[in-house]
This record gives sequence, C-alpha cells and structure tokens, in this order.
Amino acid sequence: MKQTISFKLNGKQVALAINGDESLLTVLREYLDETGTKYGCGLGQCGACTVIINNQTAQSCMTYVDGFENADIITIEGISNNDKLHPIQEAFVDYDALQCGFCTPGMIMNAYGLLLKNPNPSREEIISEMEVNLCRCGSYNSIVKAIESASEKMFKKI
Amino acid sequence: MEADKINQLYFSDVNQPIRYDRRKFLKQLGKGIIVIFSLSELSLFEGWSQPTNAQDEEIDFNAYLRVKEDGRVDCYTGKIEMGQGIITSLAQALAEELEVSLDQVDMVMGDTKLCPYDAGTWGSLTTRFADPVIRAAAAEAREILIEIASEKLAEPIQNLEAVNGSVYVKGDTSKKIDYAAITKGKKMVRHLTKKPKLKNAEDFKIIGKSFISTDAVAKVTGRAKYSADIKLPGMVYASVVRPRIFGSKKIAVDATDLHNFSGAELIEDGNLVAVIHSEPEVATKAAQSIKITWEAPESKANTETIFKYFENTITESSVFEEGGDLENGKLNSEKIVQVDYHDGYKAHASIETHCATCYFENDKLTIWASTQTPFGTQKELADTFNMPLENVHVKQIFLGGGFGGKVYNLQAVEAAKIAKISGKPVQLVWTRREEFMYDKFRPAALVKVTSGVDTNGKLNLWKFDIYCAGTRGTKLFYNAPNNLTRHFNKSDAHPFGTGAWRAPGNNTTTFARESHIDATAHAIGQNPLEFRLNNLQDENMIATLKLAADTFGYNFPKKEGHGYGIALGEDAGTLVAIIAEVKVDKSTGEVHPVKIVCAQDMGQVVNPHGATVQTEGGITMGLGYALYEDIEFDGGMVKTRTFSNYPFTTFSKTPTITCVFMDKMNSKPQGGGEPAIICVGGAIANAVFDACGARVNRMPITPQRVLAAMNL
Repeated sequence: MKQTISFKLNGKQVALAINGDESLLTVLREYLDETGTKYGCGLGQCGACTVIINNQTAQSCMTYVDGFENADIITIEGISNNDKLHPIQEAFVDYDALQCGFCTPGMIMNAYGLLLKNPNPSREEIISEMEVNLCRCGSYNSIVKAIESASEKMFKKI
Repeated sequence: MEADKINQLYFSDVNQPIRYDRRKFLKQLGKGIIVIFSLSELSLFEGWSQPTNAQDEEIDFNAYLRVKEDGRVDCYTGKIEMGQGIITSLAQALAEELEVSLDQVDMVMGDTKLCPYDAGTWGSLTTRFADPVIRAAAAEAREILIEIASEKLAEPIQNLEAVNGSVYVKGDTSKKIDYAAITKGKKMVRHLTKKPKLKNAEDFKIIGKSFISTDAVAKVTGRAKYSADIKLPGMVYASVVRPRIFGSKKIAVDATDLHNFSGAELIEDGNLVAVIHSEPEVATKAAQSIKITWEAPESKANTETIFKYFENTITESSVFEEGGDLENGKLNSEKIVQVDYHDGYKAHASIETHCATCYFENDKLTIWASTQTPFGTQKELADTFNMPLENVHVKQIFLGGGFGGKVYNLQAVEAAKIAKISGKPVQLVWTRREEFMYDKFRPAALVKVTSGVDTNGKLNLWKFDIYCAGTRGTKLFYNAPNNLTRHFNKSDAHPFGTGAWRAPGNNTTTFARESHIDATAHAIGQNPLEFRLNNLQDENMIATLKLAADTFGYNFPKKEGHGYGIALGEDAGTLVAIIAEVKVDKSTGEVHPVKIVCAQDMGQVVNPHGATVQTEGGITMGLGYALYEDIEFDGGMVKTRTFSNYPFTTFSKTPTITCVFMDKMNSKPQGGGEPAIICVGGAIANAVFDACGARVNRMPITPQRVLAAMNL
C-alpha cells in the first residue's frame, strides 16, 4: 500500500508516494533521479551515500521513512549556488581531493556536516569524523587538506 | 580484447603496445581537420611505422583528433577514465603539440560508436603507448594547420608558427589566423605517414606542468554520470538470485512466493535467475523469496590450506629466467637463506560495484557498463547474442574505481540477457555482497625463495619459485650470477574467479623478493640499504634508491619502537623505490605506518601533480593489502562479504606520503597507475622487522602474525 510523504530536499518541498520500506538512498536516486548520492555498500559501512538531514550527517542507505519524513534534507546537488561551488567543493577541486570521484559526494557531505557543527576542526577531529567514509583510490591526505582549507576560508568569513 | 587474454598479459610484463584489430571507421564525423593515428609496435621514440594504403572506409587506427570549425579540439580514444587522470594527461599531450590551451580540448572516451577500437584501460598502458601517438597526431595537425594558414595568409610555411590556437607570421603578430578560421568549411582526413616533428622538453609549456583533473568540477557537484546514474523510461531494476557457494549449478527453482510481489517478473536463463521490478527494493525482496536448489562444488582448500594445496597440486612449471649454476652458487655461498612467502586473496573493493544499464531497440543493444574494456564488453555481448559488433553500443561513462576488477563484465552480460528476455530497459547494480563473490580476486600466491651470499656480501645464488603470481616484474635486477626463476601455475587452482588487480602478482613477488633481500642482508649482518647498493647493477635503479634514501633521511636515528624498511621493484617500465617508517606496538602487534617516501623513475612525467596523486593513491591502497586485506573462504564459499570484515586503509591509517620523480623529461613516459603499489608490502614487512624483530612472511601482516613472529 503506497503512502504519500513529504520532505524538503535542497530547499524545495517534495511530496511523493512510497511503499514505506525504501531507504532514503532509493528515494533520492531511483524515485527523484537525484543520482549524485551514491550506493557503495547498502550497510552504512562506506559513507558514499552520506547526506544531511536536519543539519546532521546521515547515511541515506540506512535511513528509512521515520528518519526522513518531513525532514530538511541536503544532498550534493543542493550545496552549490547555481554555478558557484560551495567552499568545500571548491577546496576539493583546488586540492584535487578525488580520483574516480565516486566517494566524493559522500566525502563532501560528511565534511559539510562536520563544518556545520564544528567550523574550525583540528586535523585529528577531521580524521576522526571522516573515518567512516572510504576512498579506495587513496585520496585521504588530499581530502584532509581540502577540508582544512575550506574550514579556514569559511571560518574567516564568519 | 577478451578478459582471458588480458589475464595472461596482466601477470606478465607488457613491453609493447597491444596490436589492434581492423575496424570500420564510422563516417559520421562533421567538418574539421581530422588526424588519425595508430599504435604500432615501434613506438614514437624508437621509430615509426604506419600502414600507408589506408582507405577512409577501413583502416587501422587507435585514436583520432579533430580540430573543429570553432577551433576547439576533440580527442577520441577508446581508453576510459576511472580516476587515474588520463582525461587530463592525454589532453595535456595533445594541447602541448597542437599549441592550444588545455581547456580547448574535449576528451571523448571509451564510447564504441564514437571512438576507435582499444584493447582496454589496464596494465598502465595508456601513458606508455597512447600518450606518444596522441602527441604525434597533434604535432601532425599543427603542421597541417600551418600549411593551410600559409595559403590563406600568402606567407611561406617557414615564416609561420602556431601559438595558442592561432598561426602567426613570425615577428609580425598583427598577421595571424586562428584555428577556427583555418578549419572553417573544411573536411580533411589525414593519416600519419611519417614521424612528425615533436617538441623538445625545453620547449614544453604544458607537458611536465601540474594540472588539476579536468573532470573535478563534474565530480564535486555530483553531475559526473556513472553507469547506475542513467535512468531510462520504463526501466526495471534487476536482482539476481545467487548461490552461497561460487560455481554452484542450478538444480531446481521454486518461485511459488513470487505472487506476493505485485508486478515482479521472474527471468531465467540457464544458471541466471533474476527478478525484475520497477522499484529496486521490491525487486530485491522478491528475489529473496525465490528458493533455488543448488549443486555446489566440493571444497578443496580454505584460507589456511590453500598454499599447501598449490604446492601439492601444481607440479608443472616453466623457467622464466636462469643463469649460472645453482649448485655452484650454493657451494660458494657463506650463508644460505631459504624462506616461503605467502599472500592471501585480495578484493578490488572499488566503491562503485559492477553495474550496467541497458536497453534493446529492435536488434540493437545500447549499454552503459562500469567497464575498463568497452570494446571487450562489446564483443562479449555481441558473441552472447550472436549479433554483429556494430549492433552493440557501449557508451562513454565514468568509472567509480576499477583497479583491474572491471576488465570483467559479467554484470553487463547479465543485464543485457535480462533486458533481452524481458523486453524492457534494465538496470543491474551488484550489491556489495555480490561484488565480494563475483569479483575476480587477486590470487593467493606462494613464493619459495633461496638465496646465497658470499663473505663479501655479494649475492651468489637466487632461486625464486612463484606459485600463482605470474612473472610480471620478476626479471632479476640484483646481480646474482647463479639464478633460477620458475613459474608454477594452473588455471583451475583457485576456488573462485581471480584476475587482474593493480599490478596483481608483482605485489606478491616484490614482497617476497624484498623481504628476502632484507633477510639475506641481516643473515650476514649488513645494513639493508648498503646490501642493496652492493648488489644492484642497474644505474637507474641505484639512482632511484639513492633519491628515496636521501628524501627519506634513511640515516637519521629512529624513535623507540619505530622501524625503517626498503623495497625496490619494477613495473610497467617504471622503477620504484619505497622507504617506509612504521611504529609497532609490541604488546598488541599492531603496525602503524608513520611515513612513506616513494622515488620513481617513470621517464617523462606528463602531469607531475597527476603522477603524485596516482603514486599516493597506490601507496594508500597498498597499505591495505600489506596490513589488513584478506579474503576468508572455504572452497567456493567466500566468507568475507562486506567492508566490515574486509578492512582497508582509512583516513586514520594513512601516513604522510612523499613522492619524488627522477628528472627525465626528454625520455618516453612510463607507467604510473600501478608501479608504486608493488613495493608497499615489502617495505612495510621490512620496517616491521626493523621495529620489533618480527619477520612476517605472510600478508596481510596482522597483529597476530606480528606477535607470533616476535616470539619465534
């Protein structure tokens, strides 16, 4: 039996019919065609599907309707302003903190969530918070530098 | 190229470009100046050969570029981008010779309809073999543009030069014509017939300069499309019903519970059983309701017994290299050191699992497949359905990591079969559990090594028996006059699929050789650096090792509990020296990588930044196989099925990494994607020994194995 639910996605109100047992990842990727958020493991062990729900990071593959109905959700598609990249995205480009790019949206969203709650994290805090996100290409050191740089830019602006 | 052929080549040294088949040149190009070029056995820097009687209709070529009427340049190559950065470095080679800026170049990659045939992106072949011909074609295009400009400007060719997208009269910058104006209204197809004049390194403006990946913005915004990001009208999601044990055969299918899932459809084709549904999670649940009786093959070995099993069952060997006389070597050695080295199975564990999205339109198949071999996939699909090659279109796509694992494309065949049977567009995304079963693992391997050394610390004897790791990179670069390298292999030795994996066997054999060199140095009380320098013969290898040692500060004192380890190796034409510093917790046996320095002689470094990223990436990935990664299994039952029990390098486990390159800008470029990773295991093993005296001869070097070796 379908149920209609709604939530806010990247600032826009969305309503759609779902079965009720889908993960947020499926809702985003398959029902709403927002494919920037990636499937990596479906078990919350890699972070490729990370999004922001009510200002908190969440792994969308492990989040079900009670966790996202009526929530305010931000995905990788929602953090740049038209063509102006978000400072974290900019830093990822400047430090080339990516290779195949598949884990990148999840990395950026986790970093986004981190800087929301802690605008000026130490290197250790960055590593500890990002630890759940896996990058098989091995761009970790560049990612840490990119987050440090983004934090510096954003923090100075505040 | 077929996957089994690639397997053979992947485990050996490939020192020449892969010969290409003839292929029809599709005449769909618009106007512009088109230069086509083919890889030949004679590389650009050693000579040049081309078929001269080529026709537009049917010619040998491997890539082409087109200077378009707007002055921009398209470069078409069958190579794919999977994070190794060739979308940037190939464009650099082109831009350098054609005299355009990097952002004037559009790379069109891996699309079987638009791009010429390519044997696949693997084996660190691209920069070695595709880069030089792209440079040559760009140089040829530049000469053509100057020729036409000479007519238009009424100036002799020798008075003209191409700079930044225009042809100028030398000494009179007011007289010029840009590429767009030169190309306007023209359609010219040129085939390289001679070696064009290439720039000297001293004149480079783009090659040898660092550039950020040109695809970075697409990737940070989520706009970069991977195979599962394609959504087709009326598309259904497929979920395949798998056995628990690899190699099982289907006996009976019970689908009586399928009716509980409205709209779910059962697809059967031999051993392939799948359910499709318009909603992915319904497809998954419906597939779980299908009960299949499988007949499983018997287990012959498990994680612990596999090495003995190899030794007992693989008796046939071939000699790869030999010299002198082993008995003589033994007699004249002061010390003989004999050790067996073991290495377990490793998964590719790309974050993107194998996936494909496809549809049939009448008898034509269009597919987006996460593949390193678009043309191999095209052939495999054409053969599967007994249809002509040109009826299969494999589309250009980004890959979410490959590392050799996406040379194999079972998922594409499965998706296409399901699409054919159902008559619907299909998307198939393997789950992580499926990925850990149908991955073609890097094979477990055993290397039995015997060395002998004389009183002067010179290697006198070297016997190297390799089981299942291939000979890639094993040509002996230490001077050991009495030597024998043999290769033992059997295609059905493994309980599940094995294959290419970022310089697969060279990781294992380098671990064995470099561990053993250290053990031999230790046996006669020599410092491992001095011992290596004393036994190396290749000047380039000596220079690379010295560069690594100087950069690392090898002679600096160590902190308590820390150790330094060296490993040398050769892969894809590149020489590698890695020095690692680790800290070992002697109470738990845990190894913490602290610092790694990697020096490489990779010839011309096209994009130093890109090469650094590849090297760092290889080292980071390499720490995984050295310290954490192992597939636990009993026969075809793979027990390691998730990331939680297949740990690899994470943020907190990544040490500081420094990469340095020998300055060889005028020489030919060598491989960059794979080489660095081969030395990680050996360098870590040697550093662990240096830190705590534990000689661990089996990878991964787990805390338990460190503790056990410390107590020996």
